[in-house]
Amino acid sequence: MALYSEKVMDHFRHPRNVGVIENADGVGEVGNAKCGDIMKIYLKIENDTIQDVKFETFGCGSAIASSSMATELIKGKPVSEAMALTNKAVAEALDGLPPHKMHCSVLAEEAIQKALQDYYARSGATPPADA
Amino acid sequence: MIYLDNAATTRLSDTALQAMMPYFQEQYGNPSSLYAFGQQAQEALTAARTTVARLLNAADPREITFTSGGSESDNQALRSAAYMGARKGKKHLVSTTIEHHAVLHTLAALEKEGFAVTLVPVPENGIVRPADIAAALRSDTCLVSVMFANNEIGTIQPVGEIGALCREKGILFHTDAVQAAGHLDIDVQAQNIDLLSLSAHKFHGPRGAGVLYARKGIALTPLIEGGAQERGRRAGTENLPAIVGMAAAMEEACAHRAENAARMAALRDRLIEGLSAIPHSVLNGDKERRLPGNVHFCFEGIEGESLLLLLDDAGICASSGSACTSGSLDPSHVLLAIGRPHEIAHGSLRLTLSPDTTQAEIDRTVEEVGRVVIYLRGMSPVWRDLEAGKTPFVIQ
Repeated sequence: MALYSEKVMDHFRHPRNVGVIENADGVGEVGNAKCGDIMKIYLKIENDTIQDVKFETFGCGSAIASSSMATELIKGKPVSEAMALTNKAVAEALDGLPPHKMHCSVLAEEAIQKALQDYYARSGATPPADA
Repeated sequence: MIYLDNAATTRLSDTALQAMMPYFQEQYGNPSSLYAFGQQAQEALTAARTTVARLLNAADPREITFTSGGSESDNQALRSAAYMGARKGKKHLVSTTIEHHAVLHTLAALEKEGFAVTLVPVPENGIVRPADIAAALRSDTCLVSVMFANNEIGTIQPVGEIGALCREKGILFHTDAVQAAGHLDIDVQAQNIDLLSLSAHKFHGPRGAGVLYARKGIALTPLIEGGAQERGRRAGTENLPAIVGMAAAMEEACAHRAENAARMAALRDRLIEGLSAIPHSVLNGDKERRLPGNVHFCFEGIEGESLLLLLDDAGICASSGSACTSGSLDPSHVLLAIGRPHEIAHGSLRLTLSPDTTQAEIDRTVEEVGRVVIYLRGMSPVWRDLEAGKTPFVIQ
């Protein structure tokens, strides 16, 4: 389908890291079913590194692909790198999203941010000053 | 490929294609030309007009104006009736909340020009109540526009009753019959229809041809100026191959209407039965008073575009009222109008059959939709919360 890049369709058809992490260190849910998109990110963090990440998404093709790509971009990376992930980076890694679908990549960024905030709140660790 | 999007467009019938072929390279004359070659084209145009008039039971072929399609016909019908009303000081227009955007957007434009518009709501079954239309009428109402059958959920509207009501009050009645023509019985005289729109490509005719029926005495305001074609009601050289193809397709569809409808309705009901077995799914629109080829469902906990893309991967062409397929963020205005909440309206699926649809295709579709719904629910946080009892199900 010409609407989406091959990368988007690949991540939509074969989403990476779908699921739930029991006893996750951080969980973030963003979006609203009324608007047609909800993303939930689960993080397992050890030694300041994203050891594991899973997602669940209710949404369109680009919402599922954005979640999948975002989890791939942060898995195994230092927490600081995950903190710095932008929606632009997600969209670029997907070889672009149609203009009216850019909000899907924004949701992915926000879901990860929210999961990290949850991690900091739970662990009592101080988030980096620029976060 | 299993094509179940016949409300979007249909395959051109062999009969229509054969009828059109001579008008591209052999009979390419302009109907407005005086020489015999042009007049042969004029005769074909007249024959097509006569055929369409007969199939709608119009009193006179001159009541048929050829247009580019349903949207143009809707635009011209509404503007013409509104301006006729305005000349008599009547500037109130009545329609419903489930009309096609060709009607709703034209009404919005007329509102900006100073007309008052009342959109009558519909109950959950998607069928407007004539009493609600009657209650919306005012002394300055000049037009009522109610679609013959809804393009999304397929519900058939009581046009005969509404037509009678309008005729009694001396108010013009327009119906957008784009989804009905060739599929349902239309009789503009018996149903008291003053203006009617239809489009060829919804009944296996070509794209780019439509009809605006306007009862004698209704002054049509041209949207396109610049020539005497269509008796000044629509300038521009006629799209003769498409018009001839439309008449042929309509003739064919009407000739086999009853048998096609019976066959499609049986498969439609089989599809409805199959999809109803999916937990927390709901049929949209009245189960009986719906187009013979229309099936429309909502599935709780999933979003429609993902469903369509995965069905496409399975070789099934379907449609959705999902916001994500339309480029806007709001779900279908029709689903909201029949009271579906936003989060449910996002998970919609429209499957529309043709006389060529087979039982094997229907059975395979039931299987694939069931599989894809389970798969998408498996990764949906909304579904997880519903199943865990954290949020209540909307669809039982």
